[in-house]
Amino acid sequence: MRIELEKRARPSQLHSLLSPIIALLLTLVTGAILFAALGQDPVRALYVLFIGPLTEVWSLHELAVKSAPLIMIGVGLSVCYRCNNWNIGAEGQLVAGAITGSIIPVLFNDWHSPLVLPLMLVMGMVGGALYAAIPAFLKAQTNTNEILTSLMLVYVAELFLDWLVRGPWRDPQGFNFPVTKQFQPEGILPELLDSGRANLGIVFAILAALAVWFMMRFTLKGFEIKVLGASERAGRFAGFSRKGMIWFSMMLSGALAGLAGICEVSGVINKLQPEISPGYGFTAIIVAFLGRLNPLGVIVAGLVLGLTYLGGEGAQIELGLSDKVVRVFQGMLLFFVLACDTLAIYRVRLSLAPAAKEA
Amino acid sequence: MGIFESILLTIATAATPLLIAAIGELVVERSGVLNLGVEGMMVMGAVCGFAGASLSGSPWIGLVAGVAAGAVFSQLFAVLTLSIATNQVATGLSLTLLGLGLSGMIGEPFVGEAGSKLPNLFIPGLSELPLVGRLIFGQDPIFYLSVILTVGTAWFLFRTRTGLTLRSIGDNPASAHTLGIPVIRYRYLAVLFGGACAGLAGAHLSLVYTPQWVENMTAGRGWIALALVVFASWRPARVAAGAYLFGGVTIGQIHAQALGFGIPSQFLSALPYLATVVVLVMMSRNKRLMMVNTPASLGRPFVPDR
Repeated sequence: MRIELEKRARPSQLHSLLSPIIALLLTLVTGAILFAALGQDPVRALYVLFIGPLTEVWSLHELAVKSAPLIMIGVGLSVCYRCNNWNIGAEGQLVAGAITGSIIPVLFNDWHSPLVLPLMLVMGMVGGALYAAIPAFLKAQTNTNEILTSLMLVYVAELFLDWLVRGPWRDPQGFNFPVTKQFQPEGILPELLDSGRANLGIVFAILAALAVWFMMRFTLKGFEIKVLGASERAGRFAGFSRKGMIWFSMMLSGALAGLAGICEVSGVINKLQPEISPGYGFTAIIVAFLGRLNPLGVIVAGLVLGLTYLGGEGAQIELGLSDKVVRVFQGMLLFFVLACDTLAIYRVRLSLAPAAKEA
Repeated sequence: MGIFESILLTIATAATPLLIAAIGELVVERSGVLNLGVEGMMVMGAVCGFAGASLSGSPWIGLVAGVAAGAVFSQLFAVLTLSIATNQVATGLSLTLLGLGLSGMIGEPFVGEAGSKLPNLFIPGLSELPLVGRLIFGQDPIFYLSVILTVGTAWFLFRTRTGLTLRSIGDNPASAHTLGIPVIRYRYLAVLFGGACAGLAGAHLSLVYTPQWVENMTAGRGWIALALVVFASWRPARVAAGAYLFGGVTIGQIHAQALGFGIPSQFLSALPYLATVVVLVMMSRNKRLMMVNTPASLGRPFVPDR
């Protein structure tokens, strides 16, 4: 049996819309088989994972908390990937943003001012953007592959954070735990409603997605991104700068990852500690692709993957399943998304006959 | 055995998994395919190697299980990128993400279990030689495999007709296809070889380097192996040199941590990652070197039109 691909005259609109949905369904089916193999009732397991969290108000709030960083980072990455700048170090930029954003609440803990929070957010974004500027600089000026450098810098950022919270930034009154001082109320991202923990982060995330959507759709910059992504040569003829785009897309995604980092620290953890993210920066890669590199799609995709984190916690408590199951789901989902995307570009034929010999 | 000798010995142990994984990826990239899933295949090799050894009681069976896991896992990538022409970068990333998740799940029952180590092979007579004896002829079995793989790959790529064909596919798959060479089949086999090597490298981690299972125990080594291929400008001998350089940095920083020097341990732990960035920049700055050596079709999907 062979698989034959035939390029469609133009990408199929219907398939572009359908492919993420088909991918989700395939993931659910594979997941059900996986659960059955683990000796779980598949229907109940899928219910706990994907429906349960949607049935209660508090857990809807948690969904917003978990999805916010995924959407913020995913939106930035979607711009990067659109123009073939493969920033996969968003996790490191998240950590960098969390660190720079925390300078004020950690070092000037007694400063009570309404300026604290806005300054923290701005500094977080600057930190993330500057950290992403390193691979951008290396790619633009020295032609170095950004995939590898941005990833290596993740480990460096995590180790640096580890050193900070165990060393110079450790809370002297913290009983030797590797944490900084608790942030003052002025440094904490306010919650939206009284009914749960959802904070301003989700608002920022959606605003970021809308802003980037507007940019992609209606501005010259968006056109530039799309042209350079589709064909660098064409972009050069149009006078668009490849180097400029490396800087722009990497720093934009870095800034959004940094914002996610400081929002997570300020809104959820309220202090710095060695572990601040359950891999949001990496999961956001899946979010970007599931959202078909479209900022509005990323909002939906971010909610879906936020749901997997939340459902994973439920599965741990209710079914005694390992939280690792969630990461398997996330990985499978990306595979299926990529596979289904092909259907939009190619017509796939399975032929049982032996391959026709070429003339 | 002197301290100097034992340091050299540990450098070889640290370099071996990097070398094997990088050699595998080198062959894959020479065929024009960029598989960013090395880390994922490696961690699958590590967990399946450990599980195989633990369940069967024999580290040798573990070794086979590790290699098989890497090879099987690589085919997931192969089917997607080669048969249905998905984006290689994204697919490789998803292989890594899936591998890290799946290995965590498979390995959960084995966390904290004491592992069994592959015994060192002492080559009779030769291992008693002064100075080099223990160093070259008293190593773990995977070390010997790494030597054979490196030499064998260099010979295969540059001294055989099949190797020449493989390289031509990496440079221009369309021409190769026109000549009647089964491009996709070659690439499948290359990816399979890369997966088996990554699995072997992972098994080395959980059966020789630190005989136990720890989640994410590859700790970025798969990515470093990818960087080594670039650093080596796609040449096997240079991959070996690079792997030993990195083994040296890794072991050097561990010894520096033990001695203190007043440098925070985290900074020393970051050294191998920073070193990776530095060597990548050093190589990549030289545009001509990169242009001459990079397989011309690297990372581009190829769809044979009938």
